[in-house]
Amino acid sequence: MKIIVGVKRVLDYNVKARVKSDKSGIELQNVKMSMNPFDEIAVEEALRIKEAGHAEEVIAVSIGPAQSQETIRTALAMGADRGILIETDEQLQPLAIAKLFKHVIDKESPGLVILGKQAIDGDNNQTGQMLSALTGMNQATFASKVEFDGDAALKVTREVDAGLESIRVAMPAIVTTDLRLNEPRYAKLPNIMKAKKKPLDVLAVADTGVDTTSKLSVVEVNEPPKREAGIVVKDVAELVEKLRNEAKVI
Amino acid sequence: MSYTAPVQEILFTLTDVVGLADIAALDGFSDASPDLVEAILDESAKFTADVLAPLNWIGDQQGSSLADGVVTTPDGWKEAYAQFVENGWGSLSFNPEFGGQGLPMSVAAAVQEMWHSANMSFGLCPLLTQGAVDAIEHHGSDEQKATYLPRMVEGSWSGTMNLTEPQAGSDLAAVRTRAEPDGQGGYLITGQKIYITYGEHDLTENIVHLVLARLPDAEPGVKGISLFIVPKYRVNDDGSLGDRNDVTCVSLEHKLGIHASPTCVMSYGDNGGAWGELVGEAGRGLVYMFTMMNQARHAVGVEGYGIAERAYQKARDYAKDRTQGKTLLGKSEDDQNIINHPDVRRMLMSMRSSVEAMRALALECAAAFDIASRHTDPDVAARHQRRGELLTPLVKGWSTELGVELCSLGVQIHGGMGFIEETGAAQFLRDSRIAPIYEGTTAIQANDLVGRKTARDGGQGMRELLTDMRETQAALEAADHVELTAIARRFGPALDASEGAVDWLLGQNDPTLPAATSVEFLMMVGRLAGGWMSARIALAAWKRQEDADADRAWLQARITLARYFAQRTLPLVEASHTIVVDSAESTIALDIAQL
Repeated sequence: MKIIVGVKRVLDYNVKARVKSDKSGIELQNVKMSMNPFDEIAVEEALRIKEAGHAEEVIAVSIGPAQSQETIRTALAMGADRGILIETDEQLQPLAIAKLFKHVIDKESPGLVILGKQAIDGDNNQTGQMLSALTGMNQATFASKVEFDGDAALKVTREVDAGLESIRVAMPAIVTTDLRLNEPRYAKLPNIMKAKKKPLDVLAVADTGVDTTSKLSVVEVNEPPKREAGIVVKDVAELVEKLRNEAKVI
Repeated sequence: MSYTAPVQEILFTLTDVVGLADIAALDGFSDASPDLVEAILDESAKFTADVLAPLNWIGDQQGSSLADGVVTTPDGWKEAYAQFVENGWGSLSFNPEFGGQGLPMSVAAAVQEMWHSANMSFGLCPLLTQGAVDAIEHHGSDEQKATYLPRMVEGSWSGTMNLTEPQAGSDLAAVRTRAEPDGQGGYLITGQKIYITYGEHDLTENIVHLVLARLPDAEPGVKGISLFIVPKYRVNDDGSLGDRNDVTCVSLEHKLGIHASPTCVMSYGDNGGAWGELVGEAGRGLVYMFTMMNQARHAVGVEGYGIAERAYQKARDYAKDRTQGKTLLGKSEDDQNIINHPDVRRMLMSMRSSVEAMRALALECAAAFDIASRHTDPDVAARHQRRGELLTPLVKGWSTELGVELCSLGVQIHGGMGFIEETGAAQFLRDSRIAPIYEGTTAIQANDLVGRKTARDGGQGMRELLTDMRETQAALEAADHVELTAIARRFGPALDASEGAVDWLLGQNDPTLPAATSVEFLMMVGRLAGGWMSARIALAAWKRQEDADADRAWLQARITLARYFAQRTLPLVEASHTIVVDSAESTIALDIAQL
């Protein structure tokens, strides 16, 4: 069985995001970029499944600019077997990304696709679900535990608002990862060096025949309003009054 | 007390200042391409920040402890070391034949800086193993290499260096530990060794001690000293561990700093003799030790600025947060943190600019050794070997002395809080203080620089260095850039002053006067070399500014830091010249009775 994992190059989670002066988006020039943390968890899960003998190959797929090769190399250094980059300089929307993933899936026929539940830049939380609809593969989103139930199905524990939900999905399936699924490993030095020699195919969006025209346009990006300084209220009555009339929360 | 490795600075120094591409072009170093080195630095940054740095304070407070000959490292250290081995960090620059990754010394040094910034006490264990591996690889038999190296390169066995004895510190000719043939090709070792870093601990399955000792018929002095391998557990023919050897840790030193690093008194042969095997030829022990001395001293120099980098990060974060008094540089009422006091800026700029200069000098030195080890043209190789050897006492002596000064500035920026242990700034100062002492004190480095590295070849290596520096000066002047010109204005006179001091030194027939001011000479050349390297950082940054994707603000900061270093530190070179020449006689003039 093959496993496909999605790895997206995003603004490093330690970096404070800054809006571009023309409000067209986030400043990405000369800031540290890394793999989306949810995708690191996806890679880790795929590797554990392979190490447990359930899969033969883990393929890391990224869609983005040429530098996304570095992100794929990171996945290869963790232990993925090969990489595929669909290169584009456009900021693609989830639907276009899902269609491009489908293109790869049609070619590779994986038994399992593991994606982050969302990327920390767009916070869309859509790609996995859309990909499920496009491919007809089963979906198990927000996974916090993935177990094999026989050879052809998974038992997945999902983090939902009410608590934990356990579902069984037949494969081929799409799993999206939640934060508590696992703790990603550090890449080992020998594997970092080997990663350079692992195969990495690069194709253009045009090669896939997928129409990536966006139906959305960004009007403006703004920083969240600055938090105002707090005040000290003199008694409970004033607190209640303010909560009711100013904050309007009670 | 977090740590963020300065990956961008380190990588830029490697690629744009010391010439990583030239090294990667050499036979055997082709793996060291910039993208791979960046991937290595990134992962090392993650590992050191997440795993090693959080254990630094615990290590200081708990320290390692000894009970019944067993040394226990602080909580979490064993797990961290296991991860360190598992992730292959110990094998960085070692020979691929024994499982190493064969990376250049310059790349290894770049990674090792992070170990020492994150946790200097931890970094010492692999540092010592490295020295022991080098000794066995260069001088051991094929059988010894096969027995010990694979596990040591992997890190599951560690190594130690047993040189010092109570009466034999800087003067190793006084070594008394004895080695008697056991009649079966081995030796029985008896004696006591002190200051043995990681002489006993619980991080690895076995510890391979390299011990200097005398054979029964050995002549007195250094020529009678031989080198022995004495493993904690003897190794069976199939590679498994056999009997516990007759070597024990009898006490741990109570130290000013590096509390987690066990500094052991080792006793050999309390029960008849510790089994050992001779390395190479009898009587060559000290020579063998010296072949790895450059590497070990370089590694300690890296500690010098590694710990200062950590002290800088902590002081900077505190200065950005703490408010005290109305500042002269603050632009509004919300902008009154102490970082806006000009004098706090002075301290932070001194720390930052010095660390960048020291790092560049250490990587330049390592790059010289890399080229010397692999270049096919023997003349080029020899010139780089000379350069690496000349720079080594500067990396060790200057960077560790300056490292202590900078860690002290780190305390100062914290004010009274800096003097309180819980703040954590004091630990860096305490830890940093050992670096100018071990692996040869600053005075030993100064003797090495003045005697072996300057006078012995009639100043050839030093003149070559000064000539290269003149080229940099010419490039600064030719740039016609206001800040580069400002650097040139300070670098030129510093070069003239240093040449004057070198001339004076080479003109002395009696070594007494040069010895009296040799440390000042070392600090003078260190500052000059630091100014040279920071000027080269500035030139490299200036050249990059026109790149389409250039991080201009970051590059501009490199130029301004270099200008600060030139204006704040290079004038001291001129003063040092005067001190070297003028104060030599008065240094030794007083009758001892008056002291």
